[in-house]
Amino acid sequence: MKVERNCKIVHKTQMGGAIFMVLEAGDMVRASWKGPGQFVHIKCGDSLLLRRPISVASCQEDYPHDLVTIVFEVRGAGTAWLAERKLGETLDVLGLLGNGFPMRPEGRYLLVGGGIGVPPLWGCAQYTNGRSTAILGFRSKEKAIMLDLFREDCAKTLIATDDGSLGCHGFVDALVRQELEQDRNYDAVLACGPRPMLKNVAKAAKEFGVPCKVSMEERMGCGVGACLVCACDMKDGSRKHVCKDGPVFDAEEVDWDA
Amino acid sequence: MPEFDPDLEKALAQLERDLANLFAPEQPEDSPAAPAVDMSVDLAGMTMKNPVVVASGTFGFGREYGEFYDLSELGGICAKGLTLHRREGNPAPRIAETPMGILNSVGLQNPGVDAFITEELPFLRQYDVKVIANISGSTPEEYGIMCEKLGSAGVDMIEVNISCPNVKAGGLAYGTRPELAAEVTRMAKSHAGNVPVMVKLSPNVTDVTEIARAVEGAGADALSLINTIRGMRIDVNTRRPILKMNTGGLSGPAVLPVAVRMVWEVANAVKLPILGMGGVSSGEDAAQLMLAGATAVAVGTACFADPFAPLKVRDGLAELAVRQGLSSVSQLTGGVKPW
Repeated sequence: MKVERNCKIVHKTQMGGAIFMVLEAGDMVRASWKGPGQFVHIKCGDSLLLRRPISVASCQEDYPHDLVTIVFEVRGAGTAWLAERKLGETLDVLGLLGNGFPMRPEGRYLLVGGGIGVPPLWGCAQYTNGRSTAILGFRSKEKAIMLDLFREDCAKTLIATDDGSLGCHGFVDALVRQELEQDRNYDAVLACGPRPMLKNVAKAAKEFGVPCKVSMEERMGCGVGACLVCACDMKDGSRKHVCKDGPVFDAEEVDWDA
Repeated sequence: MPEFDPDLEKALAQLERDLANLFAPEQPEDSPAAPAVDMSVDLAGMTMKNPVVVASGTFGFGREYGEFYDLSELGGICAKGLTLHRREGNPAPRIAETPMGILNSVGLQNPGVDAFITEELPFLRQYDVKVIANISGSTPEEYGIMCEKLGSAGVDMIEVNISCPNVKAGGLAYGTRPELAAEVTRMAKSHAGNVPVMVKLSPNVTDVTEIARAVEGAGADALSLINTIRGMRIDVNTRRPILKMNTGGLSGPAVLPVAVRMVWEVANAVKLPILGMGGVSSGEDAAQLMLAGATAVAVGTACFADPFAPLKVRDGLAELAVRQGLSSVSQLTGGVKPW
């Protein structure tokens, strides 16, 4: 059951242009957890009408308060407001929303993230307890985030940067091919990042016959499936909704040419 | 294997509820003590326990917000707009935030009237709430067919959206021409049986009273207004409109004064009861629409930021009525004292 909770900020760190925040979320995780990859919908001040969807990087049941970790980048007025909140302040949060990545805790996954799409994959890494591999892409070394966290929770962590300032020079799909050539014994490729990246990663996974799940992004309204604005074009001609049917979709059902 | 202990189970369930309540932010109670004011209203013969309805297109078919509270708390639910056949709607982006408002271009995505009747209506019927079906057609005949189906399926009211383009009349919106609006109204009325027909007026006209009079003359039982106001937002860096359809419909607090003005104009022009809507997010907003002439009010966009908005509007309205010493909230209707 989705809930609205006033969540206290109990931890806040700046990391490589992104902000890492831990929230005390009452019973939110107990009430609505479905798997790594869900999101929360946060009210960002009184002057902005719409909440802002932020992916959950990691969460856990805890007593008395469940903990929800979010990692976000300042992209506009909403996230700028959120970035200014201080420790101890309270946020109005709807959560946990959407469906996470379909995963088995005993599984082994190839986690592929790009830029601010990287955070939710950390929860996937934790869920599989060190068995998964991460391939993370960033624009540059300065933009890289959460590397230590992934190294700690993954069997292997590979990095790519657009400008070559860290790890491999290039895009993550090249690393996905390189990894799958050596080892295709993964339950699935799980990817989150910009749409062109997802399209390329889905193509690479298909070449090697490995299932691929992608977390999509779209401008959102209600966040719960009532307003129908966050449409995602499917191959069968239908339009599903990122907030309710997603944000995770099977890469095969998405119309990448839309 | 421990034996099943019903008392323990009950105690655990209670504990779980207590815990959930502990974390819940202050919310309107599910069943507040009966207010000292009569909240019931009569909209074209349809009696609602309170005047707060949720607006079509902002509340789906109720399932999503039904996770947050008991839908029986609402006066009525205007279901997501239906067409004769399933529609996938417009490509995304379908939403843009504007100063105190939003633009949307969903494009009537819906499963079609038959799927509504078989899949969604039974769900809504579990609740003690009036169900208003909202319909759009591209020909007058489509309106007739949908009214026929909904009339026999047994909804409490049919809201006729006349903002859609008429294919036969070369894509002219029904809602912008009195004679077209009247034609659709007559068609709906003649096929809806005993179900009252409410026509939803578009604000995108020079004189809304002209359309209102035409619709009244054609036999409508009630009017609802306002639908969204056409608008546009442009990203100055990419020089692209935010919405993929370029333009969309504006809603939210930004449109409230337009809604109040139009309800007032229409209330002065016709005798039909009015469901007022447009930017309502508080009891005071709702009271403005009622004073302007609305019998009931709909809450829409406010739900996106706050799922509990309709209940807060209801409670705010009750408080306001008590504060003003009214015995019935319906005493607000038409009570404005213009200069």
